[in-house]
Amino acid sequence: MQISARRNDGTTIFDLSGDIDFANSPEVRQSLLREIRESRVPRVVVNLSGVHYIDSSGVASLVEGLKASRDLGSRFILFGLSTAAREVLQLSRLLKVFEIYDSEEEALAP
Amino acid sequence: MMALYSNPRLLSTVRGAVEPLAETLGFPAAQRRSITRAVDEALTNIVRHSYGNRPDRPITLYFRRARRRRGNSVEQGLEIVLCDHGPAVDPDKLRGRPLDELRPGGLGLHFIHEAMDTVEFTRKGLTNRLRLVKYLAEVRKDV
Repeated sequence: MQISARRNDGTTIFDLSGDIDFANSPEVRQSLLREIRESRVPRVVVNLSGVHYIDSSGVASLVEGLKASRDLGSRFILFGLSTAAREVLQLSRLLKVFEIYDSEEEALAP
Repeated sequence: MMALYSNPRLLSTVRGAVEPLAETLGFPAAQRRSITRAVDEALTNIVRHSYGNRPDRPITLYFRRARRRRGNSVEQGLEIVLCDHGPAVDPDKLRGRPLDELRPGGLGLHFIHEAMDTVEFTRKGLTNRLRLVKYLAEVRKDV
């Protein structure tokens, strides 16, 4: 799993790729929470287009990111969900809880 | 049979074995993904809860074809048994949590139960044994 961040104009975009499972979800969680709490950008966007598998601990990391963002009044957005990632969020009944877009362009729209 | 240690880095290796196995048995793509997810979550639970995140404890997985008779038909499927030697597990903790609240954690058991037709936990001697079975939806008649 690889994780990198792009920062621009009040937005941080995390690009995740590879599988997110129990071996690496703590790294995802830590990166998201650090950015949300320390940088306090108004919008955090997570690019999942390179993620083909995400387990329950990965979903939990996204939920923690969402809750931390809500606590600080910022937006937490996902885009580029694979079929597998969408299935997992559907199973978790979280599809309507997250703000989700198909593309980065849509995710970055005002 | 597959024997491995409780190292989370091995989870991807197991996923890489389970999905092609399910494909070989004829499961469609969505079921292959859900079976793989169930095994992955079951292994994660063993690593976390049975072995307290110790990466050097033994886990054994057994795979075999499953069959069950339904009327005049026989359904084929895949049976996976995961064994570990951690402390006995309280069966009451294997039911998952309600999904009507927004909080992290507790989803793995839900994924397992959603994916599999049979989820059975037993303790035999010093071994925890989790038996997962998924049958193919397609029914072969008069077998």
